[in-house]
Amino acid sequence: MKYPENLRYTKEHEWVLVEGETGTVGITDHAQHELGDIVYVDLPKAGAAFEAGQSIGSVESVKAVSDIYSPVTGEVLEVNPLLAESPEKLNADPHGDAWLVKMRLSKASEVEGLLTAAEYEAFLGE
Amino acid sequence: MSEAASLLKTPLNDTHRALGARMVDFGGWDMPVQYSGIIEEHITVRTAAGLFDVSHMGELEIRGRQALDLVNHVTTNNAAKLAVGQVHYSGLLYEHGGFVDDILVHKVADDHYFLCVNAGNQQKDFEHIAGHNRWECSVENNGSKYAQIAIQGPKAQTILQRLTRTDLSQMKYYWFADGEVSGQWARIARTGYTGEDGFEIYVAPEHAGARWQELMEAGRGEGVKPVGLGARNTLRLEAGMALYGHEIDATITPLEAGLAWIVKFDKGDFLGRSVLEKQKAEGLKRKLCGFEMRGRGIGRDGYEVRVAGTPAGWVTSGGPAPALNKNIGMCYLPAEKAAAGLEIEVMVRNQPVEAVTIPIPFYKRAK
Repeated sequence: MKYPENLRYTKEHEWVLVEGETGTVGITDHAQHELGDIVYVDLPKAGAAFEAGQSIGSVESVKAVSDIYSPVTGEVLEVNPLLAESPEKLNADPHGDAWLVKMRLSKASEVEGLLTAAEYEAFLGE
Repeated sequence: MSEAASLLKTPLNDTHRALGARMVDFGGWDMPVQYSGIIEEHITVRTAAGLFDVSHMGELEIRGRQALDLVNHVTTNNAAKLAVGQVHYSGLLYEHGGFVDDILVHKVADDHYFLCVNAGNQQKDFEHIAGHNRWECSVENNGSKYAQIAIQGPKAQTILQRLTRTDLSQMKYYWFADGEVSGQWARIARTGYTGEDGFEIYVAPEHAGARWQELMEAGRGEGVKPVGLGARNTLRLEAGMALYGHEIDATITPLEAGLAWIVKFDKGDFLGRSVLEKQKAEGLKRKLCGFEMRGRGIGRDGYEVRVAGTPAGWVTSGGPAPALNKNIGMCYLPAEKAAAGLEIEVMVRNQPVEAVTIPIPFYKRAK
C-alpha cells in the first residue's frame, strides 16, 4: 500500500504527524495488520513526558501484547478518547481517526531522523 | 534452507496458503493462526460452524490382548468403562503425578485403543507408553498416517451429514464411528475443543485436501469458515478447557487442574496414583481458578496474580472472550483461597489490575 507522505515513520511501525510544535502519534497500517483484531489500547495520561524510543503504552490484539514506542521526545498533550471504547478503530483507520496521542515536541529536529513514507515502504519490502 | 521449509507441514498446508491464512511456527509445525480474523472466526464457530485443520495432532495406537491393561496403567480415567465406539478424556501421568499429556482415548475394539494426543507431545507420549509396556501390546506412533479435520459449531452435524452415510443424529457426544466421508474411510468422533457440538474426523492424509474442500462447499449455505489456531485457543479458553503447557504440565497434577473427574481411584493401580492419593488425603496446595477482569487491562499467560497485595499465583491462559464480551483467564491460586468471588489483582505491565475469580467454564452452549 501507499503510506501517507505527510507522516514520518519508525522501524517499530509508529508514525508521527508534525504540525508546528505538536506531533500526533499512531501505529501504521502494517502494524495493525500484523497484530490482527485489536481489543485493548493502553495509553499514558496527558502530562506524561517521554524520550524518543521509550515505551508509551501498549496495543493488544486477541493473541498478543505489543509495546508502542514514542517516535519523538515530548510531553503528552492529549490522548485519543475514541480508543478506550473502540480499540477496533485501530484496525479500521490507523493513520486517521485512530491516532494514539498528541505530544508537544521538545526536540523538533528528531523528526528529520525518522523514515519518510518511501523509506518506510522500502523497509517493509525488505 | 528457509525457516518455513524446516517446519513440519500438514497435508493441508497448501490449502491454508491458498486461503491467505497467516502461518506461524506452532511447536515446529507450520500452522494457520488466522484466516479472516480471530474474533470473526470465533463467532462463526459459536453461531454456525468452523473448519479446523488439526492434522498436527498425534495419534497413538495400542493393540493386543492386554491393551486395556496398558491403557489403564498409563492413564488416569477408567478405560474399562469404555464401550467400543466410545471416547473419553484422560490424563497421561508421570509416576510423580504431573502430566505427560492430556489425551482422548477411543476404544476401537477390545484389543485396540486409539489415542489422540497433543502435536508437540506425540514422540514423548509414545516413548512414555512404550516404556511402560510390560504387556505384550503393540504401541504405534501413527501421527503421519492420519490427517484430522474438525468441524465445530451448531451447524456442524447438518453440514457433515451431507457427506456421510453414518447417521450422525444417532451419535452421542464423546462417541465415534468408523465410517466414511464421501465414500472414503473416516473415523468420525463427536468430540472437540471449542465448547460447541461438533466432530473430529480422522482421514488418510492423501484425502485431507478433498475432504476439506467438500466440507467448505457443503457448508457454504450455513456460512462455514476456516478457523485457525488463534480462535481455537480463544474458544477452548471460553470453554474452560486445559491446554498442555499452560493449565497443565509435568509439574501440575489433575487434582490441582480441576480434573479430578478424569482420575478414577477405584480402577486399580496406575502411574501417579500414590502421589494423587496422598495429595487428596493431605489437601491441595494450589488449584486452578477462573477469573474475569474488572479493571481495564487483560491478564495474559504468565502474569503474576496477587491476593490482597501479596503474590499468590500466576495466569495460565488469559485474553479476550469474544463471545462473552469480557476479558477472562485461568490462574493458579493457593487452594484455601481458590473459590469463586475472590477479589484478585493481575499484574499487567507492573500495575495491579482488579479481577475477580469466577467458575470454569466461562461459556456453556445451550443444549
